[in-house]
Order: sequence, then structure tokens, then C-alpha cells
Amino acid sequence: MAKEYRTIDEVAGPLMLIREVENASYNELGEIILENGEKRLCKVLEIDGSNALVQLFESGAGINLENSRVRFLGHSMELGVSKDLLGRVFDGMGRPIDGGPEILPDKKMPADGVAMNPASRNYPEEFVQTGVSAIDGLNTLVRGQKLPIFSASGLPHANLAAQIARQAKVLGKSENFAVVFAAIGITFEESNFFIEDFKNNGSLERTVLFINLANDPAIERIATPRMALTAAEYLAFDLGMHVLVILTDITNYADALREVSAAKREIPSRRGYPGYMYTDLASLYERAGRLKGKEGSVTMIPILTMPEDDKTHPIPDLTGYITEGQIILSRELYRKDVVPPIDVLPSLSRLKDKGIGENKTRADHADVMNQLFSAYAIGKDAKELMTILGEDAVSEIDRIYVKFADEFEKKYISQGFYTDRTIEQTMQIGWELLSILPKSELKRIDYKFIDKYYKGSE
Amino acid sequence: MTQTKGTIVKVSGPLIVAKNMKNTNLFDIVRVGNLGLIGEIIEMHGDKASIQVYEETSGVGPGESVVSTNYPLSIELGPGLVGGIYDGIGRPLTLLREKAGERLTRGISAPTLSREKVWEFWPSVEAGDNLEAGAIVGSVQETSAIVHYIMLPPNISGKVTEISQGSFKIDDAIGKIQLENGSEYSLTLNQRSPVRKQRPVKEKLPPNTPLVTGQRVIDSLFPIAKGGVAAVPGPFGSGKTIVQHQLAKWADADIIVYIGCGERGNEMTDVLNEFPEIQDPKTGKTLMERTVLIANTSDMPVAAREASVYTGITIAEYFRDMGYSVALMADSTSRWAEALREMSGRLQEMPGEEGYPAYLGSRLAEFYERAGRVLTLNGKETALSVIGAVSPPGGDISEPVSQATLRIVKVFWNLDSQLAYKRHFPAINWLKSYSLYWDKIKDWFDENISSNWSALRAKILELLQEEAKLEEIVKLVGINAISSTDRMKMEAAKCIREDFLHQNAFHKVDTYTSLKKQFLMMSLILKYFDLATEVISRGATISEIASVPVKEQIGRFKYFSDDEIDKKYKEISTQIEIEIGKLAKGGDE
Repeated sequence: MAKEYRTIDEVAGPLMLIREVENASYNELGEIILENGEKRLCKVLEIDGSNALVQLFESGAGINLENSRVRFLGHSMELGVSKDLLGRVFDGMGRPIDGGPEILPDKKMPADGVAMNPASRNYPEEFVQTGVSAIDGLNTLVRGQKLPIFSASGLPHANLAAQIARQAKVLGKSENFAVVFAAIGITFEESNFFIEDFKNNGSLERTVLFINLANDPAIERIATPRMALTAAEYLAFDLGMHVLVILTDITNYADALREVSAAKREIPSRRGYPGYMYTDLASLYERAGRLKGKEGSVTMIPILTMPEDDKTHPIPDLTGYITEGQIILSRELYRKDVVPPIDVLPSLSRLKDKGIGENKTRADHADVMNQLFSAYAIGKDAKELMTILGEDAVSEIDRIYVKFADEFEKKYISQGFYTDRTIEQTMQIGWELLSILPKSELKRIDYKFIDKYYKGSE
Repeated sequence: MTQTKGTIVKVSGPLIVAKNMKNTNLFDIVRVGNLGLIGEIIEMHGDKASIQVYEETSGVGPGESVVSTNYPLSIELGPGLVGGIYDGIGRPLTLLREKAGERLTRGISAPTLSREKVWEFWPSVEAGDNLEAGAIVGSVQETSAIVHYIMLPPNISGKVTEISQGSFKIDDAIGKIQLENGSEYSLTLNQRSPVRKQRPVKEKLPPNTPLVTGQRVIDSLFPIAKGGVAAVPGPFGSGKTIVQHQLAKWADADIIVYIGCGERGNEMTDVLNEFPEIQDPKTGKTLMERTVLIANTSDMPVAAREASVYTGITIAEYFRDMGYSVALMADSTSRWAEALREMSGRLQEMPGEEGYPAYLGSRLAEFYERAGRVLTLNGKETALSVIGAVSPPGGDISEPVSQATLRIVKVFWNLDSQLAYKRHFPAINWLKSYSLYWDKIKDWFDENISSNWSALRAKILELLQEEAKLEEIVKLVGINAISSTDRMKMEAAKCIREDFLHQNAFHKVDTYTSLKKQFLMMSLILKYFDLATEVISRGATISEIASVPVKEQIGRFKYFSDDEIDKKYKEISTQIEIEIGKLAKGGDE
């Protein structure tokens, strides 16, 4: 029986100091036992001689320095995993909250994960058709990628994420597919939207949910994505499933991180977030991927809301430096009733180049993609100029580009949340739009594709 | 020497404090705890030592032991480095994978170089020769592209008493050296070098030749010299990594050291998969046969990230010392600086700007200063070029890491997110970037490519500058309000941007452009511009000029391979004369 300490010396915010501790180790999990028998979890942040500084995962309310006891558990944060995780709902610490039985674990896995050896990664290059043109055609998702959605308050990121979860498939294959969903500090309504959506399309039994709602302890949010990713890794690399992980909302996670850092009186970096936030976020995002010699994959779609729609805010900024691209939602497009309001120009998928082309999507995919991007950018610039100076001030060709840009938003991007387009359809719409432009403008496309697909006038 | 054994008293993330450590040296490597994690002593107070641990410290607690190895952080150098991938402290990742599986289990150690592999050694010295430090004693064919010269370590000199030809393992004795003090040094194929110290050279020399990269915007407008240092700052998504990968692929260096410092795991995998497939245009061998990879990805321990840049540059220096021209890419130096910041914070040092330690600037300078054109100890003239990526938060280069870097580097390739949104790659902003090596290497271009090179470059830069100015005016008054000559300038600048500066890294021909082809491309565009300006003065209109069919051919010129370009150049050149000439006639009537 592990030793119980009654030597809690300080509790302040999410931190607690315990004295006269023997044999505790860094990152070890501890259990606080309140007078009424209630148990709460904490983990060791620093151990200095016999003083252990621990971080609470739940509220400190009710902790009494006189009567509360602490027991160290001899291991770091873990999740018991088995096939029975599927279809279940857990709280942010991985305890079942759906009224069902406890999981009888096949094994216990450390929730912090262990870094993948870069030499054993398998480069993601399998095209995932999401049925969304702005993603499939221009910012292609591949299996094992981490592709976040940068959203802002009031934008329909949940609808887009649900659409991807509903429609995503790899062409020509029917495989073991699972969704791991982590709600990090979001509202009941938003979380319920996802659950209802999973229910409606019958995927709930292939889904594992970890729910930390807005009224659950903020500090638990540090554990929630780790629990979810541990479950995902188990399903992917032990059971060989293809797992899509949706983490929403990373902004709440980062705020919890800031809260702990502030309590520890660490020197803050930008906007009060800790200097190690890049490393910390990387320890989550980098858990996506594929491994050589393993069947499954972890594909990750983290969602974050950019404070004040600002992409340079530390949370989206650091995320963008780690993830393999980003899908950015635009308020301006949403106001114009373009749904999903994906702002394709600043959006990016870094892994698209190896996932598209002949035998994967279509041989002309890369050329069409580059041409659409460049034409839309020119069209948007010209449009801006036209609104300032009037139609006469821009050249003939610019007016054509403006028309292109309008049509592009209407036909290519705005497809609604319930249209599932095949890659062929997406490519076809792309060519219809490019045919608005004169042939000589299609500098980024090989002649042979122009001959084959171009339908415009000379 | 007796081994010092200390006891852990404090654990705070990657920082550990141990007592009974009086008998150790600052910066010695220690093995920490029951798992034997690798750490480095970074501070000493009385008998307490602060240790930064290069592995995750979860589960380590007070009372566990710390054992000193009595040597500083160093890397094993010798045949077998090329083509390998190593972590920040030089452990071979492929071997770790064989030993421990897909994930990086803690406490495993493996020597950098294979102990089993047998190398065929050919001596180039004889018994009786007197050798200076750093002298070459023989060679090993390391890959089909690289001959690995075996050198005396930089602190060993003396008389060869024995040297043998034959097959050897990495640590077999291949000969003996009698040192000046009379003692004997046993020569092996490998040597160790402390990573935080520069490997000595005879002399540093100023750079005088360009490092040709095959990237048009770089070679033509903002070239880097062999032995030069360049920085590529840019926000995420602006294509830093692609620029770095392109340089690693096409730079005309003999050896490439690529450091993935705190970046994405998949990017390293990409290099690992792709480089063995790509042919080096110079040697005809695969690129992997000249590349060394250091991978300390963002999810790997932060302290080892700090070490990774030093490990990388020490390897680069070692190959430089053999006489090879080496180019090193570090992606990204910002992650390294953040690792410094994290350790500094845990040591409770007084922070400088934005929490970075006050010594950030001097550490950066120290690192970049290890680049340069040099005369090696064994008398070879060669160069080590360094290209560092910087990831400024929000793309704002007023932050400390960018600013400290810009004070040191001489080439600045400013990546611009607006260009990236337009999918103009490489997104190097031509108005903000600069190269301070231009004056030193412009003669090289004029002598080796064409005497016209610097004139063309100046004209191109001028047109781009003018375009920026004219664009401002157009924004105010509309395109029709400016003169035809000015509109022609804008037309030409557009042509330069789209047909010359824009380069598709994923196109099999466009990905690399020889200097000769770059010159021909510039010539074509400027020829079009000069002739057009002339006919405009004789009454031709802009829309006539902008719609000549040959323009499309100019734009397609980049897709022709080097063996067709002479022919195509002549064709297009004549075509320009004919088509624009026709317009001139219209003007005369």
C-alpha cells in the first residue's frame, strides 16, 4: 500500500505543495483523498528534495490542509484501453460518464505518449476524399495528416468538422474507420451537435468521445486531448484502424495551459502564454501520423477559434508552425452566405503534393489547383481595385478575372454542408471555372491538359 | 579516474539538480537516474550541479543516482555518417528503431557509427612521415559519391610509426602516431569532437564564389556566397521548409547537412524518402549519398533540440576539413532559441527581451560564425555555408530571434505571406530581400556566365522597383491614367514575376534552373521589353503588345530542359523580333 501523506502545505489555484514526501517522481500521478472520501487527481510538476509541487486536475474546493490526504500512484497519467472504448463516452480524465460499465483494459498506456522516431514514420500520401471541393481540390487532406481548422467565434467550424467526419473516405477501399472526438471546454450545445450528428449517420458505435464541457474544471482540459490521443493511438496502431481525431477547441486548452503557467509564476511569453507552449502543442499535434509496418493511421483535425479573428495570435500562430497546413474560415465569406466559408488563399495543406496526381486523384490536379489559386488571387485583387476606382479603371482581362472570382466563390466553394462531391466533380467544376479565362492565361497548366479539358473560347 | 556518483535532489522537467557533484566538470555528460538518461551539466553551485537532460524525465525522482562520463557533449565522426539520420545528440535513429521499435524509448544508447561495418582503408602516408594536426592519412570510399578522408584529430600531430592498408571496423587501429612528448597515439577511422567548440582551421578567407542553388530568385537576384550565411524568415505557410529542401537538393555543395530542429516529423520522413530517389545533377548519384540528416522534431525532448544545431555544424565542419564544400540548413533556428529560453526560464535566469535569455544574440552569432570560407589545417581551401530558417511569431520580424539573426547574416530572403497566398513560390519578396555578397561575387558571374549578367540583374531589379511604385499610383488613379511606357514597365515586371521569379519546386524541369538558363530567361524577357518599349514610342498600343502570341512562349521557356534551351532561345528570340516588329510597321503608317 502506497504511503499516504497528510502534509499538504499550500493550495493556491491549480497548484498544491506537499512536504516530507519520499520517493515521488517527476510527472507521477497522485490521488488526493478528501475527508468525505472523494478522490481527486493531481500530477507532480516539480520535486525539490522532499517538497513535491503538484498540479490539480480538478477544482481545489474542499481540500483541507488538516484532513486531506495524498497518495502517489507510482505511474504517470494513464488510460486503460481496449476495443470496448468504441461507442463510449468519457469525461476529460477518461472516466466513463455514459452510465456504462468501467472499461476492462487490455493494457494501460501512458497518456503523454512517446515521441515517434522520425525514421519509423510512414509519409502520409493517401488521398482522403472529404467531399468538400475547397479541401479536396485545393487543400487536399491525406491520411495521417494534422490539418487544423482556424475558425473564429460565430463561424460554423463545427458543421465543417462534422461534414468531414461524415464524408471522409479513401477511394476504392472500405476499411476500419473510427472517430475519436475530444470536447475541450466547449458548450453542451456544441458538443451535443456532434453527438447528434454521429448518431444520425450511425457512426456513434465507431466513435469514442471525451467530453470536458465549459462548466467542467478548466484544468482537466490539459488531460483531455492526451486521453483522446492515447485512445486514438491504441485504435490505430494496436487495432489497425484509421482514426480521425477531432479536438475542439484548442483555444480552451491553451488557456488552461496559461492558467497553470501563471499559477507557477513562470515568465510569460506573448500574451501571457508560457514560453513552452510551442513544445506543448507539438506534443499533441505530432501524435498524428502513420508508422512503417503498421496498418492504421491517426489523422487529426484540431479546431481552434482565433481570438479577435487574429491569425497572428499565439494559439493559431504556434499551431500553424506545427501542423501540416490549416483550413481558415472567413467571416467575410460567411456574411456573403458562402458555406462552408473556407478562405482558400491563406488555407494550405502541406502534404497535398504527394497525395494528388495520377493514380491518386487525377493527373491534372496539381496544375488546376495552382491555376485556380492564382486566378482567384488576381480576381480578388482586381475586384478590390474595381470597388475603389470603378469598373473602367481596370483592364479588360481584370474584369474577366473578377467574374471568375465571383463564380469561383459561388460554385466551387459554396457547396453547403450536406453536398458530398467526388473528386471528379470537383475537378470538373474547376475546369468549368477556368474556361471563363482565355486560354493564354492558363500559364500553370500543361498544354495536354488544356487540350483535353479546356472548354472556353480561344 | 574514479567515476563521480551524485544523487538527484530536484527534478523540474528537463532540469535536474544533483548533489555530491563537486568532482565533475562543467558541460560534462552525465547519465541520470535508474534509466540512465543522457544529460549535460550546465551549472555548478557548491557541490550541486544543474543538469539539462536530453530525454523525457517522467518518472525520475530524488534519490536516484547521477554518473558522470567525464567528457563533454561530443559527436563521433568517421565513415558511415553520410546518408544517415541522427537525433540531436547524434544517436542513429534507424538503429534506435531496430533496437526499440517505432517510438523513442528512453535511456537507450547507440553509437553514432556502426561498429560492425567494415571499411576498406587506403593510406596516403607512410611510416616515417611527420604529420601536422588535421593531416589526411588516407581514405575510405564511404558512398559511391563520397571519398571519406581520414584525418588526424585537430589536437594530434607527430610522426607516423605504423600505418596499414586493409579492411577495418570503425574503431580498429589502422596505425600509430608518435606524439612530440614521446607517447603513442593509436589511429582509428573515427574521432570524437566536442560539439560546442568550433573545429580549428588555419585561416579564414573572404567569400568569392556563389553557392549556386538553381533557384532563380536566389541565384539571379539575391545570391549567397560559398561560405556565406543566409537567413530565411517567414510566417508559417510561406514556404520556408520548401526553400530549405530545395537548397538541400540543388545547392552545388559536396555535402549537405540538414538539421530539422524542433520541426515536423513528417518533413524529415519526406527527406528520408525522397532524397534516395533524386539524382544529383553533378555526380549522377542519389542525393542521399551526400546528405547527413539531424532530426530533433518538435515532439522530441527540448534540451536535445538545443544540442542539435551544434551536433549538425560539427559534422559539417568535419567534412569541410576534408576539403569538401559543405552547406548546412537549420530549420528552424527559432525553435532552438525557444529551447534556450525554456532552459533559461527553468534556471531562473533574468530574462532579456520576450523571455529569451540575454545571451541569445551571442549564442546565435557564435553559431553562424562557424560558417565561412577557410583554409583547413591540412591546407585545403573550402567553405561551409549556413542557411538558417527563422520562424518569427506572427511573421513579425521585429522579434528578438529575427533581429539578432539579421545582425549577423549577410543574405536575407524575406518570405512573404501575401505572395504565398497567391501561390507565388518561392515567396521571396524581391523588394525586401538583400544579399550583401553581391559585390564580392558579381565578377564571378560576369566572368563565368556572361559579361552581361550584372547589367541584366540590375535592369530586372529596377523594373521590379518601378512596378511597386507604379502600382501605388494605379491604386489611386486607375490603370488608364498612366503612360504607355509605364504600362509597358508594369507588363514587363509582371512577366518577370510570373515567368522568371515564380518557380515550381514540384515540376521536374522547373525545380532546378542552371545559371545559363537563368541568363537566357532574363535576356528573353528584357529583349521583349526593350523592343516593345521601342515600338510603343512609334505608336503601338499596350494591348497589342500584351497579346502577342510569343509572350506565352516566353512564359513556357522555363519548362525546357538544358539540352533544348539554345535552340528554343533562338527560336523565341527571332519570334519576338518578328511579332513586335510587325507592330512597329503599324506604327509607321
